[in-house]
Amino acid sequence: MSGNMNINLKVWRQKNEKSQGKLVDYKVEGVSPDMSFLEMFDVLNDKLIRDGKDEPIAFDHDCREGICGMCSMYINGRPHGPNQGVTTCQLHMRSFKDGDTIVVEPWRAAAFPVVKDLAVNRSAFDRIISAGGFISVNTGNAQDANSLPIPKDNADEAFAAAACIGCGACVAACKNSSAMLFVSAKVSQLALLPQGNPERNSRVLDMVAQMDAEGFGACTNTGACSAECPKEISLTNIARLNREYFGAQLSSNRT
Amino acid sequence: MLDSKIPQGPIESKWTNYKSSVPLVNPANKRSLEILVVGSGLAGASAAASLAELGYKVKVFCFQDSPRRAHSIAAQGGINAAKNYQNDGDSVYRLFYDTIKGGDYRSREANVHRLAEVSGNIIDQSVASGVPFAREYGGLLSNRSFGGTQVQRTFYAAGQTGQQLLLGAYSGLQRQVGLGNVQLLARHEMLDVVNIDGKCRGIIARDLVSGKLERHFGHAVLLCTGGYGNVFFLSTNAMGSNVTAAWKAHKKGAFFANPCYTQIHPTCIPVSGDHQSKLTLMSESLRNDGRIWVPKSKENAEAIRNGKLNPNDLKEEDRDYYLERRYPAFGNLVPRDVASRAAKERCDAGYGVNKTGEAVYLDFAFNMKYKYGKQEATKKNITNPTEEQLTALGQDVIKEKYGNLFDMYKQITGVDPYKNPMMIYPAVHYTMGGLWVDYNLMTTIPGLYALGEANFSDHGANRLGASALMQGLADGYFVIPYTIGAHLANEISVKPISTDHEAFVTAEKEVSERLAKLLAIKGTKPVDYFHRRIGKIIWDKCGMARNVEGLTWAIAEIQKIREEFWSDVRVTGDANEFNPELEKAGRVADFIELGELMCKDALERNESCGGHFREEFQTEEGEALRDDENFKNVAAWQYNNIGDWTKHQEDLVYENIKIAQRSYK
Repeated sequence: MSGNMNINLKVWRQKNEKSQGKLVDYKVEGVSPDMSFLEMFDVLNDKLIRDGKDEPIAFDHDCREGICGMCSMYINGRPHGPNQGVTTCQLHMRSFKDGDTIVVEPWRAAAFPVVKDLAVNRSAFDRIISAGGFISVNTGNAQDANSLPIPKDNADEAFAAAACIGCGACVAACKNSSAMLFVSAKVSQLALLPQGNPERNSRVLDMVAQMDAEGFGACTNTGACSAECPKEISLTNIARLNREYFGAQLSSNRT
Repeated sequence: MLDSKIPQGPIESKWTNYKSSVPLVNPANKRSLEILVVGSGLAGASAAASLAELGYKVKVFCFQDSPRRAHSIAAQGGINAAKNYQNDGDSVYRLFYDTIKGGDYRSREANVHRLAEVSGNIIDQSVASGVPFAREYGGLLSNRSFGGTQVQRTFYAAGQTGQQLLLGAYSGLQRQVGLGNVQLLARHEMLDVVNIDGKCRGIIARDLVSGKLERHFGHAVLLCTGGYGNVFFLSTNAMGSNVTAAWKAHKKGAFFANPCYTQIHPTCIPVSGDHQSKLTLMSESLRNDGRIWVPKSKENAEAIRNGKLNPNDLKEEDRDYYLERRYPAFGNLVPRDVASRAAKERCDAGYGVNKTGEAVYLDFAFNMKYKYGKQEATKKNITNPTEEQLTALGQDVIKEKYGNLFDMYKQITGVDPYKNPMMIYPAVHYTMGGLWVDYNLMTTIPGLYALGEANFSDHGANRLGASALMQGLADGYFVIPYTIGAHLANEISVKPISTDHEAFVTAEKEVSERLAKLLAIKGTKPVDYFHRRIGKIIWDKCGMARNVEGLTWAIAEIQKIREEFWSDVRVTGDANEFNPELEKAGRVADFIELGELMCKDALERNESCGGHFREEFQTEEGEALRDDENFKNVAAWQYNNIGDWTKHQEDLVYENIKIAQRSYK
């Protein structure tokens, strides 16, 4: 082993969506401060497989460089753990101390049912994007990219909103399990760009309707979503979403 | 035997003429033709969306929980396009030329020229779909430089270009899902292709949540499944990136081309310990402003390794900026293979700067102060700024350009790169080899296509930076929507084949038996144990430098590991549940077979070119020495049986570029 920290874990184990789950205690020895949080789970799983007493713990992860949005652990009551602006895969054990007890749970939200252990189903997010999180431009229809200058500030602000990785930490952090930050990030990005203008009204109405249909809760402006967001997506996006939504309702012909 | 189907005529008009003459499928017929797209990265998402827009019935499969997670998302630096917005002399021909030269004259002219031709359209399409590229104050798009070129043609969105492009393609895909034109099957993994009467007619996929095997019919199947870099265990690929789909196709008749061409990226965060599960790239764009160096003397290198000397205190004249020294024309912006080998050469010679001796510096201090600091001071009318002022002013510019990369570096290493030079070392990043495809992107199995990194065609023996995103989107947005017509125009009268057909039943049975076999071994060692072992062998013997002795040894060793794997691996859980260990086991079994072929290919290619560096073949200065007489060709391997392949060759013809010894001096 490469390190000298001992860590106590309480990990949520749940066989599948329908079964009952519970917290199970594990001890991981010889943890190095340079290890990532997920590498500590690799070490634990390796041991569980070799010992043959308990099945390895299922958790979602892929790129392990903080961009794919797949990792999703709820660590000591906070999505992605104690550090600001960091996904679980980029959380390193130097943020913990020898002898610490760490509680690890899956995202908890009715719209994100548990698949197994720490893995959840976030396909609701895909359906929200399908409802309107796009610009309707078929391949081949585009004009020259520089024929439409966009003020740098708008482009930068759109980029900041577009940095959302769709991990769902905002939902997990919210006491109402609201998806407003996720939805607002996409609505903002496209509302800030001239290309997004033609579908501006229908986009916001359709995405919000889908968000409600998926069973996400209402927003009560607590701000936990933005505080816990690994990409630090700003709350101003939610304000913009509300503005877009009311504007669209007033000007829309829909009843 | 290998017909690359390159259209006749001069290179500038091949694609144009092809587009005007390729058979079309009328809209009514498109609705009854089904296409399966495996993988949802840049190539898969853009292909699926574009084909669905045309009216085809499309199904998309991805192993992740959402198509937006595909590993294209992690590409950092940018995407090339011959727009010549900078007025610096760029053109379609130059992009074509740079790509062929960068690939060390081992790629196919016609494919690369087409890639350069459509590159501009990709930028237009992406901007139209809302991709927020970096812009200048005038509102127009910004560009930067990348390795192996002398123009600024790289478009970017901070250090998240892949993310923004993928989300653009993904939004187009999700739009088609919403419209009912695409059926999305996330958390599904393709485990075999199904051929009927010599044509690919579908796939067997496993629903990763329920574990159930499914049969899917398609008039055509597109593999957009990325590269095989994870064969090395440690790479910059995502944990789930794998060769399985391509390998299954290979075993069913698709030739695998140039498997030994792998790209070792020069600027990755060095390994920190045995627990390491993956490596993280620091974008090549950093070489625009970061200068690479090691100490000139071994004493200083050792003092730095022992923590007795702070690199910031080492005087300018005691530093060896070895890329600037060896390659004055391109300096820090030489292509990746050249930069990687140069780092290895310095570290092997004893000049490495971290504890393991396998790291060099990437230092921003100079440009922070004297390039950007001075610029900002002038803009702000600060006369006679102090050194500290310059650094502070320059730091803001560096932060805007590379902020997320610097944050990531700090998060992983615990060291602040604004104050200390970054430490970097080469790591496996991309694989130029892949399934052999013709001009239509069709493999040797009719009806089965390979797009993006999964095919072999565009990057030769070395890919230039910012060209992977370009190729993925070119294949998906602008090539396959045309070339698939050549096949499907003959399929319009083919009714969907029932998945009760014998071929589907047999294929499913084979997949099911293989899964059962993996679970039944109940050995003593976890899957990762075998993955680490095979990875280490390939890194040591088929990595940055290769030789006959090492490769021969590796092949024998890999064969032993294969036997050990199939008798001693322990895969927990069942086949009929969500079981990541079982997924991994299947992938590692395929990596072991592929590893053997990589070494075999490297052994038979008696020359050095691009990322393939055979120690026996080098110039006096240690540069790669090609053998154009005997190896100006593609090696396409046909699978016969486990450990048994037949090599076929496609000769490469260069009519528009004069072949030369690649020089960046």
